[in-house]
Amino acid sequence: MEFKNTKEALIKTLKNFRQMLPAILGVVMLVSLSLSLIPKSFYTKIFTGNNIFDPLLGAAIGSISAGNPIISYIIGGELLEQGVSLIAVTAFILSWVTVGIVQLPAESMMLGKKFAITRNAISFISSIIIAFLVMFTLSLI
Amino acid sequence: MINRLLEKISGKWIFLIMVTACYLILAVFSPDMAGNAIIRLFRLIWEILPTFILVFILMFLSNLFLDSEKIIKYTGKSAGLKGWLISILTGVLSAGPIYMWYPLLSDLKDKGMKDAFITTFLYNRAVKIPLLPMMIYYFGWAFTIALSIYMIFFSVINGLIVHKILNPKNYENSHRIC
Repeated sequence: MEFKNTKEALIKTLKNFRQMLPAILGVVMLVSLSLSLIPKSFYTKIFTGNNIFDPLLGAAIGSISAGNPIISYIIGGELLEQGVSLIAVTAFILSWVTVGIVQLPAESMMLGKKFAITRNAISFISSIIIAFLVMFTLSLI
Repeated sequence: MINRLLEKISGKWIFLIMVTACYLILAVFSPDMAGNAIIRLFRLIWEILPTFILVFILMFLSNLFLDSEKIIKYTGKSAGLKGWLISILTGVLSAGPIYMWYPLLSDLKDKGMKDAFITTFLYNRAVKIPLLPMMIYYFGWAFTIALSIYMIFFSVINGLIVHKILNPKNYENSHRIC
């Protein structure tokens, strides 16, 4: 009976994975493509120095970027050195990990379109709010 | 004819075909860049392989030991504080790219996991304990602590908002925290 349950669970898992594999593979391919197409210099050139517009821009760029968060820290560090505001950099590194435009098709397929769009939109807004809150908190210390 | 064919092919395959087409187009116009993207792709697959295996094992264990009743008890509509704590902790502790966790979450959602907890789990994946030293190096202690606290706090707020938007009618009965 136990062996039967194990076999059933294994078959179910394999079936689920097989169904989701094309979407996962598509996202992995898209992430690799975006990492190759977007050079690091792109990020430093785009900011304007405007305190209202830059956080929005930071969140937008972070949302369309993908890859290991370490890359966002390195780019964020470089942006700070070049004079980009900490609010913009915070929004950028936050949306990099919480918003996923590249992953959106896979998230929609597996968790539902409405859920994926709502979650990503709320995360985008949050990244800007948190960026301002972090800046405010740091100014108090 | 084409419409019939498209009806037979599901969305996930269309997505994969479109991304493959992007590679092919890039290979025509810039073979070097396409080669670079393919090398990165294999590197990325190698990097995510451990997470892939971990997620597979977790899905297998969840299929073996967790039935809908248990999922609903711990992460369902009436899970309360327990559900928030589970989704925060598992989100913080989970490793690898976010998209590797979609299959497991989809499975748990089918068994009764609440949208709010899925949102909280996914948001807390931004709090990466192994990467905290790196963040401290680039942005300092105060920044890292403040950001991590706000992220955990907002993961719950976001969970509640997503739940309210997706379930406007039964929100009043299902949003209790304790």
